[in-house]
Amino acid sequence: MTATATSARSDLSELGRSETALRAFLHGLPGVDQVGAEQRAAQLGTRSIKTTAKAQAIDLAIRMVDLTTLEGADTPGKVRALAAKALRPDPADPSCPHVGAVCVYPSMVPYAAEVLRATGPGRPSDGPGPGSATGRPSDGSEPAGGAAPTGLGGVHLASVATAFPSGQAPLEVKLADTRAAVEAGADEIDMVINRGAFLAGRYGEVYDEIVAIKDACGGADAGRQGRPRAHLKVILETGELATYDNVRRASWLAMLAGGDFIKTSTGKVPVAATLPVTLVMLEAVRDFRAATGRQVGVKPAGGIRTTKDAIKYLVMVNETVGPDWLDPDWFRFGASSLLNDLLMQRTKLKTGVYAGPDYFTLD
Amino acid sequence: MSERVAVRKTYKLFIGGKFPRSESGRSYLVQDSNVSLASRKDARDAVIAARAAVRGWAGATAYNRGQILYRVAEMLEGRREQFVALGVPGDEVDAATDRWVWYAGWSDKLPQVYGGANPVAGPYFNLSAPEPTGVVAVVAPEAPALLGLVSVIAPAIVSGNTVVVSASPAAPLAAVTLAEVLATSDLPGGVVNILTGRHAETVPTLAAHMDVNAIDLTGVTDPELAADLEVKAAENLKRVLRPADHDWSGDPGLGRMTWLLETKTVWHPKGV
Repeated sequence: MTATATSARSDLSELGRSETALRAFLHGLPGVDQVGAEQRAAQLGTRSIKTTAKAQAIDLAIRMVDLTTLEGADTPGKVRALAAKALRPDPADPSCPHVGAVCVYPSMVPYAAEVLRATGPGRPSDGPGPGSATGRPSDGSEPAGGAAPTGLGGVHLASVATAFPSGQAPLEVKLADTRAAVEAGADEIDMVINRGAFLAGRYGEVYDEIVAIKDACGGADAGRQGRPRAHLKVILETGELATYDNVRRASWLAMLAGGDFIKTSTGKVPVAATLPVTLVMLEAVRDFRAATGRQVGVKPAGGIRTTKDAIKYLVMVNETVGPDWLDPDWFRFGASSLLNDLLMQRTKLKTGVYAGPDYFTLD
Repeated sequence: MSERVAVRKTYKLFIGGKFPRSESGRSYLVQDSNVSLASRKDARDAVIAARAAVRGWAGATAYNRGQILYRVAEMLEGRREQFVALGVPGDEVDAATDRWVWYAGWSDKLPQVYGGANPVAGPYFNLSAPEPTGVVAVVAPEAPALLGLVSVIAPAIVSGNTVVVSASPAAPLAAVTLAEVLATSDLPGGVVNILTGRHAETVPTLAAHMDVNAIDLTGVTDPELAADLEVKAAENLKRVLRPADHDWSGDPGLGRMTWLLETKTVWHPKGV
């Protein structure tokens, strides 16, 4: 499922050429029934998932976690600890799967890469990862080995970029930010869209920016041998978009411009991921695949703290877009405290007694 | 003119400062009133509430905790008639009120009596300070309904612990009414949580819960259940108080307060 099918429907791929066509298309999208979306989301949240289904959902949710730390106070030590936890979330239980990715600021990417890359061998079905034999810290000159898209011992390394979280910086700065993160070893880039331009109706500007960042995801010398292009996640920051109609437009805009994932929020504004917003985005990726054949992932981020919440999202994914998306390659949770709750619930299911936070790391 | 229909009360649980029904939706009849029948999920929720309350309650000054316990006595005094109407003897209500006052006085004296400066062979100040254990599960005694309950709750919370109490299955009305007293006494939500129903249903969950630090088995009458609970409690080395007969109207003693203290000892270098 790569971007090959986009051009199959030329009418959509041509949209980016003209601001007028883009606006006409985005404003031609059907409006979102706000009450209906909220009611549907609330209804799906009442499903009861128990016993073996719950165990399966918890393991899937752990594999979907983008373990995130985006604080001004992040230190190399904290990022290393987080990366170690990403590889082995529950050290007491080897059957516990690793998380989907680690998500950090660009300046912290080398420290996370150091830990993730040093643990290549011994991971199931991953083969000898590049650089694993030496465990050498990343300096961007790795030979392209098996070029497994997962790289890094099965755990992806995501970095926010483009003047996260506001996105209010000149394009040149955003591009440099992105290239630096990719050079440092990130294989996923979480960019923020320019909400100022979007809300002012300058859709072409937002579109061109996403295209440019996607280009930069190949690194400074895009298209260099071997190294796959970094995945691009486009953060819509739905808390600042005000309406579901805007969320739907922004979703389509991000997908038309080539985003591999659409992500709800930065986690830095009061309103982060909600079920109805995620529903609107899931409907958008479903319709987009129907229209173009290209599948795009969804990542709700911010405010998802409990296993119960996570399972509600999984139910919604299954009911809205189907099992095709029930995979860490197509659905992720951006979260930090969620992982510990998932681990506690997992332990509860295994041991039969309620677990306490004393037995899991503080992070 | 039609006769007024009396408003009947449903006696609900007390968790996190709120009065929810049981998550299971079940209830049972006591003295012609509906009382919630707590499930193990209610026990889980109560532990979460109790854990969340530890930081604020243990962090409050001893003076402030004493004030609040005294306030409980004030509120209880005002509701004397309500307890009497439930069948609690008047002198038992008075004794329970006095017991709150007695424990309220202990809040800022415990650290003085059980902590202090230790003489050590070195240039250090060596200080021991008693600290609360954390979340305590309590099985309330069968009787007396009010005095017994107060005599197990007050000594646990006076030092900064928070409790999850499984009330006497036979006399839950006094327990829920006491919860109403606590809810109007400036006691932060979650410091005392009261479950009504069968001990055998909720207490094993509490005994096995890894986030509970101590368990008081005073009200367990079945020796087999008591042994089972003690085994479960061993998993995370909970402090355990074994079932025993008490004369609740006598001198309460200090043991019920001191078994829930952890002593922190600080070594501080002496200057000059």
